Amino acid sequence: MFFQRANYTHPAFKEAARDMLPLATGISAWGLMTGVAMVKSGMSVVEALAMTFLVYAGSSQLAAIPLIVAGAPWWIILATGFCVNLRFVVFSLHLRPYMMHMPRWRRMLNGYLTADMSYAMFTKRFAHPGSTPTQWREEEAFLSGNYFVTWTSWMASGVAGIVLGNLVPASWGLGFAGVLCLIGILCSLANTPLRKLSALVAGGAAVAAYSFPLKLNIVIAIISAVAVSFWLERRGPVAWKKAT
Amino acid sequence: MNGTDLWTMLVIVGLAAVTVLTRCFFFILDKPWTLPGWADRALQYAPVAALAGVIAPEIVMQSGQLIATWRDARLFAAPIGAALFFWRRSVLLTIGGGMAVYLPLHLGLGW
Repeated sequence: MFFQRANYTHPAFKEAARDMLPLATGISAWGLMTGVAMVKSGMSVVEALAMTFLVYAGSSQLAAIPLIVAGAPWWIILATGFCVNLRFVVFSLHLRPYMMHMPRWRRMLNGYLTADMSYAMFTKRFAHPGSTPTQWREEEAFLSGNYFVTWTSWMASGVAGIVLGNLVPASWGLGFAGVLCLIGILCSLANTPLRKLSALVAGGAAVAAYSFPLKLNIVIAIISAVAVSFWLERRGPVAWKKAT
Repeated sequence: MNGTDLWTMLVIVGLAAVTVLTRCFFFILDKPWTLPGWADRALQYAPVAALAGVIAPEIVMQSGQLIATWRDARLFAAPIGAALFFWRRSVLLTIGGGMAVYLPLHLGLGW
């Protein structure tokens, strides 16, 4: 955590914060637009602030906003959030060996604060989990420095977006920055031929099933893409499963 | 001004719990554990599918309908953003380059 002295005084904290800084503009653009989107869609300022500070996951916020406004059943909203966040489940499996030396509350706080960019940067910097307390300290300091920048820029821009919400006309379409950010994350995850195909299938299915109520088109997209990939996994060449 | 209601606040707290659950999924418990084989395999493809399912309608649809014209700034900005990512592996470049295509077309030409 960035409020622990042992972390923010470690040189790895500064290094990580410096590495993350160029990405802060992108995160801020996205946070700003999520803030604007929440207020514009009819949520109150208190609700929008609570969402920014508590949920802290842009993609699931963007997916949940129209459902909340439409008054969809709560379990549909949470299930949609879970689906959109599925990538974090995969990340958590990867992060487990880096985390298990910590007590549970620290694992969960670190995990909660580690979003896409921090995960990508952290696992790039530390390709293998450390085995000594010195290495563990360096890892946690680096991770903290990383998400310190992410968290701060997300919160500041989110609040700015909520405040400016009524000043920026929706017609400017600045919210498209959020879509571009998701495109970047999607491209970084689609690193095997089968995963690229599954993104295409899911995109097509989500558009075709768009008229289904309650964003069920996302569930249909996931099911059809996974089904196609399972089928091809057995039949296709092994190379389709390999990272490119 | 829009009002704040208890139901919405509870849903927001629930979504925060979903964030914690998904980001910590495999390291909440001390004991190592694995998913059943099918779920493990599905996780190879489900995350990209979920993201693509959210994004695709944002690019090719307008108020619930497939857009009928090619004169839409999103149709140019999205592929260029993706191409920029595969060129330099940078999400920031995707956002910056994509918006540099989107804004002139959208605000300048009204696409």
